[in-house]
Amino acid sequence: MRVIECGEGKLIQPPDLNGFREWNRNKPKALIDKQMNESEAIDRFIQDGDYIGTELYGTVRCPMSLVREVIRQGKKNLRVAGQGVMELDMLLGAGLVSALDITYIGLEVYGVSNCLRREVENGRVNPCVEWSNAGIAWRFKAAAMGVPFIPVRSMLGSDTLRYSAAKVVECPFTGEPIALLPALILDVGLIHVHRADRYGNAQIDGISGFAAEMARACKRLIISTEEIVDTDLIRQHPDRTIIPYYLVDAVVEAPFGSHPGEMCYRYCRDEDGIKEWVKAAKEKSTTRDYLNRYVYSLMNHQAYLEFIGKSRLAGLSYSGGQ
Amino acid sequence: MGSDSVYIYNPTELLICSASRLIQDNTTAFIGTGIPMLAAALAQKMHAPNLIAVFEFGGTGAILEKLPMAVGEENTFHKALVASGICDTVETAQRGFIEFGFLGGAQIDPYGNLNTTVIGDYCTPDVRLPGSGGGNDVGSHCWRTIAIMRHDRRKFVEKVDFLTTPGYITGPGARIKAGLPPGTGPYRVVTDLAILGYHPDSLRMMLLATQPGISVEYVVKQTGFDLVVADHIHENPEPTHEELRILRQEVDKDRLYI
Repeated sequence: MRVIECGEGKLIQPPDLNGFREWNRNKPKALIDKQMNESEAIDRFIQDGDYIGTELYGTVRCPMSLVREVIRQGKKNLRVAGQGVMELDMLLGAGLVSALDITYIGLEVYGVSNCLRREVENGRVNPCVEWSNAGIAWRFKAAAMGVPFIPVRSMLGSDTLRYSAAKVVECPFTGEPIALLPALILDVGLIHVHRADRYGNAQIDGISGFAAEMARACKRLIISTEEIVDTDLIRQHPDRTIIPYYLVDAVVEAPFGSHPGEMCYRYCRDEDGIKEWVKAAKEKSTTRDYLNRYVYSLMNHQAYLEFIGKSRLAGLSYSGGQ
Repeated sequence: MGSDSVYIYNPTELLICSASRLIQDNTTAFIGTGIPMLAAALAQKMHAPNLIAVFEFGGTGAILEKLPMAVGEENTFHKALVASGICDTVETAQRGFIEFGFLGGAQIDPYGNLNTTVIGDYCTPDVRLPGSGGGNDVGSHCWRTIAIMRHDRRKFVEKVDFLTTPGYITGPGARIKAGLPPGTGPYRVVTDLAILGYHPDSLRMMLLATQPGISVEYVVKQTGFDLVVADHIHENPEPTHEELRILRQEVDKDRLYI
């Protein structure tokens, strides 16, 4: 295959497919109770310097309780795949990110991310390698397929490709240029779900984002869940099980785990809570104040929920019919 | 609030109504949050009840009764036909199923290339912007893309600082040469000053219509590159009473955007 163009960006996490196969072979297949709290899960499964990813994103079905624990424990020099809103913003705001495979980090209707601006413009996040949203999801898909790359027609003809680690080749079948995106295997993935059993069989309601692909592209996977359910309930609706237990290393029960983001059919986003972050994130000092108030000074997710308050959480609960 | 002073409209309402009219019935459109969402919702209620709105994280065919604040939130698959994931939606576009795609950006150039990545030099940026997001995917795969922009010389530039999402790149033949699907590319640019298209031969941006009360000279002056001006320029009709009523009373009754 003739290589037409090589992206200049660094391949932050080169894929080792054979190593991944060995890793997966050695993952326990027994039904083991993997329930633990955020503190234990993050402490055991994330090391400084790890390459991590989160799903879906900041205001939607996002593992915010896990992300707050990562910040609480101060896991450093994280390399991160993202596409993200509040969760990656907070990791950046806490100064824990050293390298990014970026697709989008911003605040959607509330505009650009000042945390991203501070960290990238000052060179503290380096490298910052460009991809499209589907590009990152497809990189997970390649890893999930167990192949080293995936051919796609995104990113062609753009600076996004030029500053990525993709390659453009002449397709051996059509002769046309095609972009090859390298598989992305995460050291650790963090996914929040609607329900899971204690072994890690996990179900998601509504859109599934890129949970299926990312879950299969992780060496270690931490699931947080709105509720722990009996395996019988999982077995009643196996079609809903996006993530089978053998992919999972830890199961963390985290009601309102996506707060201040939403969890479809359960609770909606806490607009005031999101705006509070948007405002705080503008300046470094106010970012620090926010993190002190909502993360560092609260021992765990239970303390966070108590701090937010029962009545406020109840007010967010989903009231529409299904 | 309400229906008083219905004929006075703001620039956001003008953008929404203008974009809405470009959307056809019985077709598919890749929708982002903000103005495209409102334009799609208005189109569904006005003239395109069978518009299939596709949101990148998996919502396909939602009934846009409530406004999403995020591209993954519940309203993007409210009473939808399918709730899947991003690989499914973008692969659907990659297979040629999605007709329209909406885009925005900090900068656009004469060929409709968009920048949402950095202002200034890439390695030492003046402003680090959010990045491609789904923009590059939409601009690569949808048949016809519609950019929605505020119109001024700082945004309409001869060369974008960073080409995040390809338009016609450098002109005729460039998309095919890059490997992008034949027949795809920028279709319209909707701004607060004008409706623009692309010259069929040069593929450079071309003024098609001015917004109500705006002169051709003013549009040219507010554009930072040589703008092709079509032979016959018409004035884009003002938002109608009906459009504004539906927009204010049904589409965005909480005035989240307008």
